[in-house]
Amino acid sequence: MENATIAQHDSSHGTPRRAAIIWIVLLLATATTWTIGERLDAGPMVAGLLFTIAFGKGSLIILDYMALRRAPLLWPLVTLGWMLVVCSVIGLAYWKGLAT
Amino acid sequence: METCYDNPMTTSASAATLPAPVGRRLPGDLAIWFFILAELLAFGVFFLAYAFTRANHVELFNAEQLTLDRTSGAINTVLLLTSSFLVVRAVQIAESGRSRAAAPWLAGAFACGAGFVVVKVFEYSAKLGAGITLSSSTFYMFYLSLTFFHFMHVILGMVIIAAMWNGARAGRYGPDNMNGIETGAAYWHMVDLVWLILFPLIYVMR
Repeated sequence: MENATIAQHDSSHGTPRRAAIIWIVLLLATATTWTIGERLDAGPMVAGLLFTIAFGKGSLIILDYMALRRAPLLWPLVTLGWMLVVCSVIGLAYWKGLAT
Repeated sequence: METCYDNPMTTSASAATLPAPVGRRLPGDLAIWFFILAELLAFGVFFLAYAFTRANHVELFNAEQLTLDRTSGAINTVLLLTSSFLVVRAVQIAESGRSRAAAPWLAGAFACGAGFVVVKVFEYSAKLGAGITLSSSTFYMFYLSLTFFHFMHVILGMVIIAAMWNGARAGRYGPDNMNGIETGAAYWHMVDLVWLILFPLIYVMR
């Protein structure tokens, strides 16, 4: 009976190794963002890079740490869509700021 | 009667009988995902309000952004990412049927959250000590309100992690009872996710 119950659970949290590799990638990406900040780099290319990095980091959190990679498609699409819209519209607002 | 997952017999049986993954599954409680979507929408509106207000006051925002401590922001990013990693490990360990072994990982995640709070309190103290308040300027209004809104989510997340730690220590989680730990983990990752946009937006983009 217990085994039958256990068999209903579907593992979707990946492996310890994958979680650790993602953690290291996220830390390296954070170091890149911090370096850009300390150098006071500015401009549309820099803003684009910052939010490309943010989108990449967010995607790893959503798909792997939140375990939405193997959730019904609606959920990763809506969450990644939120990231994409927010990052893109921030880019649009940055562009508007250049023109004013 | 509550199932305890730290019986060695149960654990070895679980490991031997875990099936190959099948189908798609939303981890945790469905309600937390609707709550997460509502939170993401709220933060999204605040982020866009900041971005478009900045577009009309670029020089002011760039000048006052220089007064922020980017290193504190980066340290807090590292703390949140590390706590998220520790929560993922706790979930993986609980899923393998070793609920009590997941507890130290959750304690580590809580400690990282506490580290975030300490760094933020020092940051706020420095700003308040310099006479900066919500009414000092448009930039500081956004900086203080957005980061404090997020700060309150970190506090709530720590309460949830403490409850998860308690459940793990009681041996409550296991392969057929993952709902509680997965639900709390999803909330904590959302708190992390939001900070990943907040940090470059307010502290770095110029």
